[in-house]
Amino acid sequence: MISVIDYGMGNVRSISNAFELLGEMVSITNDKKVITDSEAIVLPGVGAFEDGINNLQKMNLIELLKELVFDKKKPYLGICLGLEFLAERSYENGIHNGFGWLKGEVVKIKPENQSLKVPHMGWDDTRVIIETDLMRGLEKPIFYYLHSFYFKVAEVDKKCITSLCNYGGVEITSSIKKDNIYAVQFHPEKSQTTGIQLIKNFLEDVRK
Amino acid sequence: MLKHRLIPNVILNNGNVVQSINFKHTNVIGNAITAIDFFNSWAVDEILLLDVSRHTGYRQKFHKILEGLSKRCFVPLTVGGWIKNVDEIQDFLKQGADKVCINTEAVRNPDFIKESSRIFGSQCITISIDVKINESNQYEVFIDRGKEKTGLDPIQWAKQIENLGGGEILLTSIDRDGTLKGYDLNLIKMVAMNVKIPVIAFGGVGEWKHLVDGIKIGMADAVSAANIFHFTEHSTNNAKEYMVKAGLNVRKPTFYKIPMPRKPKYNEIY
Repeated sequence: MISVIDYGMGNVRSISNAFELLGEMVSITNDKKVITDSEAIVLPGVGAFEDGINNLQKMNLIELLKELVFDKKKPYLGICLGLEFLAERSYENGIHNGFGWLKGEVVKIKPENQSLKVPHMGWDDTRVIIETDLMRGLEKPIFYYLHSFYFKVAEVDKKCITSLCNYGGVEITSSIKKDNIYAVQFHPEKSQTTGIQLIKNFLEDVRK
Repeated sequence: MLKHRLIPNVILNNGNVVQSINFKHTNVIGNAITAIDFFNSWAVDEILLLDVSRHTGYRQKFHKILEGLSKRCFVPLTVGGWIKNVDEIQDFLKQGADKVCINTEAVRNPDFIKESSRIFGSQCITISIDVKINESNQYEVFIDRGKEKTGLDPIQWAKQIENLGGGEILLTSIDRDGTLKGYDLNLIKMVAMNVKIPVIAFGGVGEWKHLVDGIKIGMADAVSAANIFHFTEHSTNNAKEYMVKAGLNVRKPTFYKIPMPRKPKYNEIY
């Protein structure tokens, strides 16, 4: 069973729909026991960083996630905010601490080309850096993005970046893999067949 | 490079997909399951689902329909119509919406834009602006599905929306809606040039060329239409092919094969 963490602000249903399409059992939950017993954790996110982190804190989920991901080596898939949370801090509406599982900061997208709009919203070309893992079998993928901030990964963790998206000169971190931590900035659950393939890849990796 | 989006607008009146002509809904086209299924495999980039029913007793049903539809929708789904508070946005997200679209309440209470974008993020909040040319021959924003004048100028209002945290603008010309004459390109260009958030053009598409005009002349980031997509086989896919031929940067048209879950019986979600 896959647990999709419900902390009051994700598009949780869309995520579980995509997993269910692949025949998975999904539990949309914030129950610690259910999360602990699940095979993998998906942390979705549509929302503001501050509210997200606060909600997770209120539910005492951050410590639990840390324990499950680092001690129990449970696979983690962060989507959108679920990727941004991995950073040390975010500058969205003030300064807020993230999980700090990877070095770097979440900053506003500021395209060099002034005519480009923010939020970065829509389907965009994604440049695969590491073809294994989530991007297996995906040639020149186009994914659906929906965000105004991005994770600027620090030099020491740049090796964890598995794909990038160039938006007006800004190199957006599209996906990350570090051990059992997987994360994507775009929305695979809403990227049609390409996205479904990525989720399939994640599940295959989990069960390897 | 970021692609221009093609977005069919599925307008629901008491659960039925309807045709909209100058904001009057007369012809029932069919049920939403079929529409969503076709659009999902015909190369659309996003789907807009608007509830225009005035019958309040029907609202619960709309939530249920959304839940049924979202199971079959693997492109982003924006849901709108009569949204008045944060709780309902949360309900929609839980039922499968990815973004929400707000109109009347945004004008009546602009702080709602601020509040909702703070909680859900700007990228989740699309603000819809309905525009009509008024008796003094000026563009004016109307709310309550075209019934109420606001005295607002669309450009000023669009700028204010951006400042308040709105993430995107759905811009509709009420005068053009259902006329097949094409977008009001002048209006679209004026708004698109004056804000830094994406603008979706809507209202009046009668041939594929109008979609291209919306982007090339109107400078819209995304183009939407409703009626035209419901009546021909492979409609959105053909529209996409036309856009590619016109040299637009869009996602290539293909027929996407997604092994859909069993189709629900009509009465299971209605």
